[in-house]
Order: sequence, then structure tokens, then C-alpha cells
Amino acid sequence: MRYFKLIRLYFRIGVLNELEYRANFFVQIFQTVLGLLTALGGLAVIFEHTGDLGGWRSDELLALVGVYFLVGGLIGFVIQPSMQRLMMDVRTGTLDFMLTKPEDAQFIASIRQVEMWKLVDIALGVGLLVVALARLGRVMDVAQVLGFGVALLAGAAIVYSFWLMLATLVFWFVRVDNILVIFQTMYEAGRWPVTIYPGWMQVMLTFLVPVAFAVTVPSQAVVGRLTLQILMGALGVAALMLFVSRRFWRIGIRHYSGASA
Amino acid sequence: MIGLWARYYRAQIKLSLAVQFQYRVAMAIWMLDIVLSPMIYLVVWTTVAQSSGGTVNGFTPSDFAAYYTVLMIVQHITQIWHMWEYEYLIREGGMAQRLLRPLHPINEDISQNISYKILMLMVLIPAVLLFVLLFRPAFHTPLWSALAFIPAVLMGAALAFVIGWTLAMAAFWTTRIVAINSLYFTAMLFFAGYLAPLDLLPRFMQMIAGVLPFRWMMSFPVELALGRVAPEAVLGGFAAQALWIVFGVLVLRRVWKAAVRRFSSVGG
Repeated sequence: MRYFKLIRLYFRIGVLNELEYRANFFVQIFQTVLGLLTALGGLAVIFEHTGDLGGWRSDELLALVGVYFLVGGLIGFVIQPSMQRLMMDVRTGTLDFMLTKPEDAQFIASIRQVEMWKLVDIALGVGLLVVALARLGRVMDVAQVLGFGVALLAGAAIVYSFWLMLATLVFWFVRVDNILVIFQTMYEAGRWPVTIYPGWMQVMLTFLVPVAFAVTVPSQAVVGRLTLQILMGALGVAALMLFVSRRFWRIGIRHYSGASA
Repeated sequence: MIGLWARYYRAQIKLSLAVQFQYRVAMAIWMLDIVLSPMIYLVVWTTVAQSSGGTVNGFTPSDFAAYYTVLMIVQHITQIWHMWEYEYLIREGGMAQRLLRPLHPINEDISQNISYKILMLMVLIPAVLLFVLLFRPAFHTPLWSALAFIPAVLMGAALAFVIGWTLAMAAFWTTRIVAINSLYFTAMLFFAGYLAPLDLLPRFMQMIAGVLPFRWMMSFPVELALGRVAPEAVLGGFAAQALWIVFGVLVLRRVWKAAVRRFSSVGG
């Protein structure tokens, strides 16, 4: 309960801060529309020439694009801003203030910064999913909805742990912004089902940068291609990553000695 | 006079080479950016070709491999990033210093651009080798076409630089430069031949691509390298490139004049 209160509090601060810059809302809308145009235009051009892409029909890929926006929006909404703030704080020494708060440091560090206009991307993602399901004429039963929810949560947990581990590196290397560029670039690959990539790339997109768990697996749940094994695998990886990233964070924070003040 | 320019450029390029060489890790990471998106589209189109019986409009998987290998090279040679740099320069106050120097600031940008591209060859060449090994591109290019590629890609680079630099001037008027850049790069994705070879686009999009400058930056040199431009269309292509460059330079000069008049320094 206390954690929910804290989340509410930090989100409120974020919203209040951001309301000062209302024009950013329109910039975000513009960016999102361009992103949507790119995604849909790409699909339209490709499906001029083929009926399916690696076994996925166009409306199924539309659902995948929906998940891509949804998860991307979630990352941009809280995960990425919080982790970037963490890295900046370590560099400038202001992390000390956060560590003195009487709450779990990892928790605070993970929800501290929100970029509320990214909610536009999340809303668009949900919208695309609904449209895709309607076009597919697909009605999901309770078990399938549950499967999608679990896959999405597992994907989010894996992406979060991945970001946390990257950001934790800052305790040793101080400048790791560049590593984050890798994630942003690799996430682009998630626009398409990872199964179309050559084997070595699939391995990279599954275990090196977890795009497969973040986008492809939840999309498989939406279009009814998810097997129980994959879902269990995703859950297992999520649990493992959460555990490992927490341990890693603990080691990192013990290593931290304050940069300046 | 010419000796003076040559000396300036030699010194400036040497200087930026030394500066940029400091950022070796960043270079490797930016390279990932350059390699990954052509690779993604290559994989997508290869998949399409395989599921529709081996070819798409006459493109086989190894044609696509050739297309995207050359596209990666052309993208590197025509790359431009000043639209991000100027926002920063103006916000942080570095612009004032640059304006005080006795030479037009564009000279510094040109030499930075050239030296970055020279330096990044160290990463581009392995990337091309990787593409060749992994995707086995096939070329059926006549010699004249391959030779025409060289001036075409240089003119493409000049065109991209002129247009990108003019666009960077928007930073003198607005801080919402991100929106303009996104629009530019989205247009580029569709009309420079990035998303797909322009031949594969629907008719109306090909027509739009014909009147925009993007085709002449990237797609035209790539088409030449693949031997896909008919001999009688080559001169027209070069003429279009030249016209766009001249037009771009005229606009650039006007915009620059207006920008400097508007400029008022901040920061320091």
C-alpha cells in the first residue's frame, strides 16, 4: 500500500512539473503521429507485395505494432527517464539525497521521474490493439487475456531489469549514456516479429537486448500464437532478471561513495 | 587565396580528427545505429522475397543484400547531424564564439563532416565486410554505372549537407527543433529509398519521391551502384542533383543572413 502511495506521489509531481510545458504535448502528438505513419506506411508498402511476413498477416502485424507502441510508451514514460535521472545523479553526486530517504532506494530510483506525454504512445498502442483485434474478428477469452497480461508484465519486468542493470553500471563507469543508445537502436528491431531474423540475431534480440520478450511474446499472445512453454519461459526469465538485477544494484550501491556535493 | 583555404581546411580537419578520435566507444556505438536499420529492412525484404517465390518485382534476396549494403555506405557518406548540434550551440552560447571568427562557420562544419566520415571508415569497412559475409550480395553492375556512382554519391553528400545545414538554422527561431527533425527523417525513410527500393513503392509515392530532394541524396547513387538506372536517365539524374544543390545553396544563403540578423546570444 505504501508503495502505491509513493508511486502516486511521484507521478503527481511529474504531472505537475510537466504541465508547465504544455506545448510539449503537441510536440509529442506530432512525434507519435509520425511514428504511426512510419509504422503503417511500412506495413502498407510491404503488404503490397506479399500476403504474409514470416507467417504473420498484416492485421496480426498491426497488433504487434500496437504492442510495440504500448511497451515503448511504458519505457519512455517511467523506466527510461528514471534511469537517466539516476545516471545523472551519480555523476553529479546528488544521489546522496535520494539514498538518505527512508525507503527502498531501488524502488525510489525506478519511479522517480515520469514523462507524462508518453502516455500518448501508450494510448495509441492500446488503440491499435483494439483496431487490430476488431479487424481480425478475434474475441479473446479470459484465459487469453490473462495470458496477454502475464506476457506483457513479464516483458515489462525483463526490460526494466535490463535497464536497471545498464544504469547500475554507472557506479563503476560514470559515463554510460552511450550504452543506452544501444537499447534504443535495438528496440527498433522489435517493430517486426523477431522470428523473421536470422538465428544469431534472434539470440541477440532475446538475451542480449530483450526485445523478443518485450514485444514479440506479448504480440503472440494477442494473435493466439503463444504456447504455454513460451509463456512459462518468459516468466522464468523475468523472475531471474528481477533477482539478478536487484543483486547487481545492491553491489553497485555498496560501491557508491558519492561523487561530489 | 586558394593556398589559404587549403591550409585552413587541412588544419581544421586535422584538429577535428584528433578531437573525434577521443570518442572511440561512442563511434562504435553510433556504428551500430548505421548497421542496424539497413539490416532490419534487408531481413524484412528477404523474408518477403522468400514467401513470394524468390523475387519481389525482380529483386532477389541477393539483390536486396546488394541494395542495402550500398545504401549503408551511401547513408554514411551523406550523413548529417548539424540539425541537432545547432540547437545545442545556440542554447549553450557556443554560437557567439563561432560568429566572431573571420570565416563563415559553415567551413568548420564542412571540415568536421569530412573528418568524421574519414574516421568512421574504420568502422564502416568491417560493417560492409560483415554484410557481404552474412547476406551474400550480388552485383550485375556495368562499369560505367559503377563509375557514375562516385560523382553521384559525392553530389548526394553535398546536397544532403546543404539541406541539412539549412534545416539546422531553424534553431535560430525555435527550440522545438525535434519536431522538425523527426519530420525530415520520416520523409527520408520513405522517399530516399530506405524503407524499400523506390521501385517497390506504390506509384503515387514514387511520384512524390520524384519531386522531393531525398531521392537525389541517397537512392540515385544506390541505383547507379546496382546498375538499375537506364543510360538515358543518368544525365537527367545528375542534372536533378545539380539543380537541387544550386537551389539549396541559394536558400541556405538567404536563411543564414536572416538567422544571423536574428541572433542574440544566451549563456556563455
